[in-house]
Amino acid sequence: MEFLSYTLQQLINGLQLGAVYALIALGYTMVYGVLRLINFAHGDIFMFGTFVAYFCIARWHLPIYLVFMITIGATAALGVLVEKIAYKPLRAAPRISLLITAVGVSLFLEYFLSLNAMFTPNYIAFPRPFDVAGYDASLVVVTNIQLIIFSVTAASLFLLYLLVYRSKHGRAMRALSHDQETASLMGINVDATISFTFAVGTACAGVGGILYGFAYPQINVFMGIMPGIKSFIAAVLGGIGLVHGAVLGGLLIGVSEVFVSAYLSSTFRDGFIFVILLLVLLFRPSGIFGRRIEKV
Amino acid sequence: MSFLRSARRLLLVSVVVYVLLKGLFLSGLATEYLQQIILYALIVIIGSLGLNVIYGYTGQFSLGQAAFYGIGAYMSAYLTHVFSIGSALPFLPVLFASGLFSALIGYLIGFPILRLRDDFLAIATLGFGIFVRVFLDNSDRLIDALGGARGFVGIPRITSLDLVLPVTIVLILVTRNVIFSKYGLFWQCIKDDELASSAFGINTGRMKSMAFTYGCFLAGIAGGLYAHLYSFLHPSNFDFLKSIDFLIIVIVGGMGSITGTIFAGLVWVGFIEGLRIVLPSGMLEYRWVLIPILLIVLMFWRPNGLMAQKESRFLGIDRVS
Repeated sequence: MEFLSYTLQQLINGLQLGAVYALIALGYTMVYGVLRLINFAHGDIFMFGTFVAYFCIARWHLPIYLVFMITIGATAALGVLVEKIAYKPLRAAPRISLLITAVGVSLFLEYFLSLNAMFTPNYIAFPRPFDVAGYDASLVVVTNIQLIIFSVTAASLFLLYLLVYRSKHGRAMRALSHDQETASLMGINVDATISFTFAVGTACAGVGGILYGFAYPQINVFMGIMPGIKSFIAAVLGGIGLVHGAVLGGLLIGVSEVFVSAYLSSTFRDGFIFVILLLVLLFRPSGIFGRRIEKV
Repeated sequence: MSFLRSARRLLLVSVVVYVLLKGLFLSGLATEYLQQIILYALIVIIGSLGLNVIYGYTGQFSLGQAAFYGIGAYMSAYLTHVFSIGSALPFLPVLFASGLFSALIGYLIGFPILRLRDDFLAIATLGFGIFVRVFLDNSDRLIDALGGARGFVGIPRITSLDLVLPVTIVLILVTRNVIFSKYGLFWQCIKDDELASSAFGINTGRMKSMAFTYGCFLAGIAGGLYAHLYSFLHPSNFDFLKSIDFLIIVIVGGMGSITGTIFAGLVWVGFIEGLRIVLPSGMLEYRWVLIPILLIVLMFWRPNGLMAQKESRFLGIDRVS
């Protein structure tokens, strides 16, 4: 009974982490879908979102809905800005140039924001706008933070579903990910759609950033690196380019990370992620939901 | 003999460089700090040469060069610790062994991941780098001498000019000869077009594995020299940023150019250490703001690097093939 309760508790903690990974992985998978680019800077945009939320809450004392709106707006703007300045001029260049540029953007964001004039490289305590409360549900304890994370993630996913599968913009995005040239011949504005995809993907990362701040309230400018890499691996696990794949992959990675920490050792959890990546790439390179047998 | 004749310019230059540096070191004109930087620059050149073989010549984009550098460093430090070696001559087999060990790990890990293309390979090698970092952080649980997160202390300081310069020259020559052997040509074929290469009958899997293994061997040698230069190792010396260092040197110097790698390695170490002297201490953090901008500008302006596929006559390359 004790074991079962402990395992269930870890499962819930894992889903909490996995929900944040899922939100970040969505941005990776959508950008990869339209541009065939691993946006290395995505993890740093997620970090930027957490910091914007920090400023909204700790410095400006804004109500919670404004925190969400401003953070989403700021991360989406940063995402579009990065795309326009750094990625757009290289669209015809080899993919590897684009990838190296993305690595450069990522390093630039990290080290520019770590300047003492900006956010400083120190750890900062993220203030929660509410007190933590736990609800005892016989076997497990669920905190209000977890409930907030689950409901916000679910709502974001629902909105995203409407956007991608039920709107004109979403159809343009999906068309672009199938065949860019044909899509442009059908009258789809390629540049605008790519920018739009970046905006939506980084907005998801912004939501993830706020939730991450609630759940793990020690933030610093380098906090985006590991969640970024893990979320990308989550996107590959679910099948890169697929929205539902990113969600499932994120949840799986989050749960397995928490389980490794709980049952093996917390120092192994970052290494474990590489083992997962290797296994996926070896046995199912197109991911869980990926149907096309493409040599990645 | 033809090997020596074709390399005579380079050998001549290296003798001159050796005499100059030796004079500089012995006369006391170069401080201890400057001597270390010069030796470090040579070590960095070896490691970057390895990445240039992997990425510049064979086109296999790796973000994990520092992992193999670290494996070589820890392996050699462990071997000198076990056999309590303190001088350069018995150190040579240890150095070779740590290079081979790095190569072996590279071979084993390359077997699954080299099937991947560009950006997925990048993520896989990046993941391997994190894996190695985590392993080194926990290494004291396995073998206490490795030190884990406390760092590996008390490594004898063996690396000197007399050791590093000959090793560097020999490795540059060997790399040059490998690159202009048939295997090197196969590698460059694969970089240009992998599908066409396999259609020509090149065993692309085996050739990629060979290039990757050789590149890891060079990284391992560089790591072994590094460990015995600073006599202290810490897992954080071998993280993602170190891989970026190697990558920038390869890109600045030019993909597929040994000469470019040599120059860029020297310039890079000079630049990093020079900024440490020139910039006031409060401005030091701006280094890593400028470096990514440099990387992005290079990608816009010269995506293949400054000296792509150009070689200095000193390498005597026109005489090899």
